[in-house]
Amino acid sequence: MAFYRSHILVSVDPKCLKKGAHEILDALQDELVANGLVDEVQVLETSRIGDPDLHAPDLMVYPDGVHYANLSVDDIPFLVEEHFLKGRIVEKLKARERLVSDEELSAPKSKEVRVVLRNCGKIDPNNIEEYIAEDGYMALAKALTEMTPETVIDTVMQSGLRGRGGAGFLTAQKWKLTRQVPEKIKYVGCNADEGDPGAFMNRRVLESDPHAVVEGMTIAAYAIGASRGYIYCRAEYPLAVKTLNIAIMQAREFGFLGKNIMGTDFSFDLEVRMGAGAFVCGEETALMSSIEGKRGEPRPRPPFPSVKGLWGKPTNINNVETYANVPQIILRGPQWYASMGTEKSKGTKTFAMAGDVKNTGLIEVPFGITLREIVYDIGGGIKDDKGFKAIQTGGPMGGFIPAEYLDLPVDYEALASVGSIMGSGGMIVVDDETCMVDMARFFMEFTQDESCGKCVPCRVGTRRLLEILTRICEGKGQDGDIERLEELSEEIRAASLCGLGQGAPNPVITALKYFRQEYEAHIYEKRCPAKVCRALITYEIIDGVCTGCTVCARNCPVNAISGERRQTHIIDPDTCIRCGICMQVCNFNAIRIN
Amino acid sequence: MTNHPSNGKAVLEAVRTAIDKHGNNREELIPILNDINHTVGYLPKEALEEVSRLVKVPKSQLFAVTTFYRMLSTRPRGRHVIQFCESAPCHVAGGRKVWETLLDELKVNPEETTPDGKWTLITVSCLGICGVGPVIVIDDDIYGNVAPEQVHDILAKYD
Repeated sequence: MAFYRSHILVSVDPKCLKKGAHEILDALQDELVANGLVDEVQVLETSRIGDPDLHAPDLMVYPDGVHYANLSVDDIPFLVEEHFLKGRIVEKLKARERLVSDEELSAPKSKEVRVVLRNCGKIDPNNIEEYIAEDGYMALAKALTEMTPETVIDTVMQSGLRGRGGAGFLTAQKWKLTRQVPEKIKYVGCNADEGDPGAFMNRRVLESDPHAVVEGMTIAAYAIGASRGYIYCRAEYPLAVKTLNIAIMQAREFGFLGKNIMGTDFSFDLEVRMGAGAFVCGEETALMSSIEGKRGEPRPRPPFPSVKGLWGKPTNINNVETYANVPQIILRGPQWYASMGTEKSKGTKTFAMAGDVKNTGLIEVPFGITLREIVYDIGGGIKDDKGFKAIQTGGPMGGFIPAEYLDLPVDYEALASVGSIMGSGGMIVVDDETCMVDMARFFMEFTQDESCGKCVPCRVGTRRLLEILTRICEGKGQDGDIERLEELSEEIRAASLCGLGQGAPNPVITALKYFRQEYEAHIYEKRCPAKVCRALITYEIIDGVCTGCTVCARNCPVNAISGERRQTHIIDPDTCIRCGICMQVCNFNAIRIN
Repeated sequence: MTNHPSNGKAVLEAVRTAIDKHGNNREELIPILNDINHTVGYLPKEALEEVSRLVKVPKSQLFAVTTFYRMLSTRPRGRHVIQFCESAPCHVAGGRKVWETLLDELKVNPEETTPDGKWTLITVSCLGICGVGPVIVIDDDIYGNVAPEQVHDILAKYD
């Protein structure tokens, strides 16, 4: 066999052909002959390389991996001479990459390790062949042909993989429990009803790498002995639903889903179910009710879904990220996976950074990284170089973590030890201009709105919490309110039916624990230290700085500002509605908040 | 998104199309209702009666389901539905000012429709596009990084 030092792959996509790919091929051949390179460089035809609309005609040089685009026959002599004789890349002919700024997922930062997000933004989610080219469905083949269901479970057990949906239950343990139940019909369910507001890693995986989830679920189905699976996806994610449906269709065509997968006697098929907008449906028992077409209300556990799940049959429910990890664990071995992370939390975790941090978006890091590394090294620090106040993890059921714990290594246990949770990986950073009473009130507004109403502690309790917090923000806080908040929080936590209710007081509890003095300032001094709560602030015009330009007075919607031209103006605090417009329009920074 | 069929016939047509697509199966209730809601704009009484008859689900259960999920509406909605993301990341990114501007521009209460039938303003939980908060969605169009002063111009695009 002839050995070539370089290969030129010329795209013969119809659009490239139309724009002269054949002529390019001929010109390349002629030039290589002329330069005596025919034995060193081989020219081959290939299908589409770049975007034909943007790049045609184009070619790829291997092993260099250089993509030349928009070529004409006249470029070829120069290209061959420079690249293949002199070994210099011809920059001016290189393909211009489309400048797509991905606000959700930037290139990996130095402390990141991407397992779940590895294919996101790299492969075409609507083309199964691209997934296969990245070793896709190899893990399934390995599981089905070389492993028994038990060894699959053992492998996942050794990897230490824990549920990425929140509670962090050992994934393999769940599989084992479901497998053990002596029932013929079993189901696997995928929770794609991403819980935490602010956490969108699951949406991103479904939209960018849907086959990883399909493959992970199929392996899980093999391990537990299920023949049918459901992916429950939020109605807020129409694109994810569409991408998943395409992926499932293609997987069926390739024999990765359906009867006798890969020629074995294992059969399994999948279906996407869409929600209709209800936060509580992320709770697994509520999710199952919703799949069955009912109100998405949770029910008490036990019995756990692994014993009595969908339609009363044993059902294994994991979330998107958990399943997406599985193929990699099977393929690269449990030791590789367990080599990342901390003693009890193995592997990597995706987080969605939001709030007052410079770099928002998705990241994936090994467990054990500190919050400081996440916020400062990866997140780039606080926006506008303000101070860090707290980070809220785990969504509306999570807690606030103050600056004193910035060096906390992130894993399930460590977050729990400071009163927060992992959740599905939302991280909201707040700066020092944030009022913690207002933030707690905001979270409570959310949970009381989303409470399904089935159990009293959550339905009524969250409402009462909200009322007290609102009162404090409005400057009507009373002596004893802090104690009332604490007592009520404990009761809601202890008595609620599902995780939503049990976790609902967490933002309040942690805000009280770490920022108690702010609550006291609101209640006893009628003062909002962060200058956020409107009822507790006044706007004042600074004498000497004000030039008397009258801009503020003209813009005030309630005519609360008076004053002569070129004289310091005055705000009447009784008329002022604290809208802040005067401060925005003032050109001399002459207005301050007290 | 919301082209109100003028007569009951079109409503029934929407019901049948949805049931044909998903099958007259109790489990498919939510997809069926979602489809009808999308075509008709809301779930009128006659639609629910027809679903009840064809899928063989008691009306009480249908009512339980339709009132539980936020995206299903039993009240007519405006020609355009504005969904405002009320989740924490959008809130932190300045969502409240956008919300207040929306209320001010539309002169309407949340979950209600303007008297001229043009707008319905609803809040939704996280739309998962938190990287570009605050986010509003009008019909099927998504607007990210919305600043209060843009609201007027965004609304002006719709008639």
